This record gives sequence, C-alpha cells and structure tokens, in this order.
Amino acid sequence: MKSAVVQLPGLNRDRDMIAALTKISGKAPVTVWQTETDIPDVDLIVIPGGFSYGDYLRCGAIAARMPVMQAIREKAEKGVKVLGVCNGFQILLEAGLLPGALMRNASLKFVCKEIKLQVVNADTDFTRAYAQGQVIRSPVAHHDGNYFADAEALAALQGNGQIVFKYAEGTNPNGSIDDIAGVMNKAGNVLGMMPHPENLIEAAHGGSDGRGIFASALDVIAA
Amino acid sequence: MIKARVTVTLKNGVLDPQGKAIEGALGALGFSGVGAVRQGKVFDLALEGQDRAKAEADLKAMCEKLLANTVIENYTIALD
Repeated sequence: MKSAVVQLPGLNRDRDMIAALTKISGKAPVTVWQTETDIPDVDLIVIPGGFSYGDYLRCGAIAARMPVMQAIREKAEKGVKVLGVCNGFQILLEAGLLPGALMRNASLKFVCKEIKLQVVNADTDFTRAYAQGQVIRSPVAHHDGNYFADAEALAALQGNGQIVFKYAEGTNPNGSIDDIAGVMNKAGNVLGMMPHPENLIEAAHGGSDGRGIFASALDVIAA
Repeated sequence: MIKARVTVTLKNGVLDPQGKAIEGALGALGFSGVGAVRQGKVFDLALEGQDRAKAEADLKAMCEKLLANTVIENYTIALD
C-alpha cells in the first residue's frame, strides 16, 4: 500500500512519520507540500505533528485553510484513509473533517511524557492489529490536546463507535472530555489522535506498541 | 474605509482553564470578589469601501470560516 505525508511550515514530526511509514510498509511515502492540489494515488495520507503556522490564531487553524486540505477533503470523500497525529489531529478538526475541537490543556502546561492508551474500537481500518480494549503505551507531546465536543456530538461519537482511543488508567494528560485521545469520522476512513504512535515503533524507541496503527492502515499486519 | 472589531469568546459550557488561571491571579493580587473570568480574542480590521451591509456580511463569513471556531466559540461584530 502506498502512503503520503503532508508537509506544512512549522510541522516538525514529518521526518519521524516518514521513517515510521518506510520501516513498517517497506516503501517510502511520497511527500505533499501545502500548496499542492493534486495528491498522488495513495491508500493512506498522514498529517504529522508539529506547530503549523506557529499555532497562530488556533492550533491547526491556518493549516486547515491551505489548498492541500481541499485536496485531502476530496480524497477522504472518496474513501482514502487519512490519519492526523497531534497537530495533524488539530488540523483535521479545524478543517471540519472530524467533529469536536482541541483546546488548551486543562493544566495549562505543555505535556511531554508516556501515557497509556486504550483501544476502545479495534474494529477499524487503523486498529485491527490490536485486540478490543487492549491497553498500549504511547508518547504524548502537546499543549492543546484537551478534546471537547458538546453533549450532542459526544453522544453521536459514542453511539457510532467513533471514539477509537481513550487515555487509560488515569493517564489523561490534558483534561479531554470522556478521556478521548482519538476519534474517527462516521465513515471510518479519517482518524485523528493526539498521541504519537510513530515514536514507539521499534526496539530503539523502547517498544513497538504504536506499530499496529500503521500496520493496520497499510495492511501489513504480521501473521 | 470601514473599521470593524470582531470579538471572539468561548461558548457557555466550554471550560476555560486560562480564564480560571487569570481569575486566580487576580485574587492573588488582592482583587477580591472577581468571579467567572472568561478570556477571548479581539480582531481589529480595516475594510476598503463604504458599503456597511457588505462589510457586515463579509465579516460574518470571515468569522464562520476562520476567525472563530464555532464548535467552541461565539463571535460578535461591531462596525465603527
């Protein structure tokens, strides 16, 4: 399966993401610059983390209005898988591709540490390498990861199984409502998550718990 | 030229940890009896032309498309 990594000024996790996708799929992803309106045919588009446009206005707000996002919206509507990690999640929310919003952490502090993540929906294109309810380790690093959705939107997320990851075992680092760490769209082909699975994929990282997300999305789950 | 001010605030029911921290700091400075501080953003814009109705419509579109995140924020528009 082929993948693409989106690059915008201020993103800084793109190289980590390219390395992870290359190692797990055996193929280097193509890179797509923010002004591009024609994305090559790929199975997975990843928006990595960082601080696009310096987090000006709101995290992800400016990036979400760049030409490449219109192209991603069209691909997503055709069923191409889209994964947004950290700032990528913020961008997907600002672009309206996912419901809800991410606000300043409840502690008002930047958090950079390891948390526990529970796979609350393992029946998705991004999580089928995991068992339902499995708890995995994952790094987080963000200042604005406090997920919010109003009561109506939250009920819809819960009812449709759109909540994919929750912070487990009291490790919610940011005050997110319902301990939400990652949500997908109703169609199930767009996933946004605050934690950084790309930074826990091999022994050199101290573990490979994050590998399953890419293995699932790229259809290279080891037998 | 039309001058406008857009004010963006958090919706009721959306937690505002920054507002809470500001409230605490005001208390620490000795300002007693300050409750429910909510922080927000102000944008001052200068628009070409004299058509106030068009300016208002444009500003509304700007708020909906960029200046506010209407999932969590409200906005108000004031023309000079």
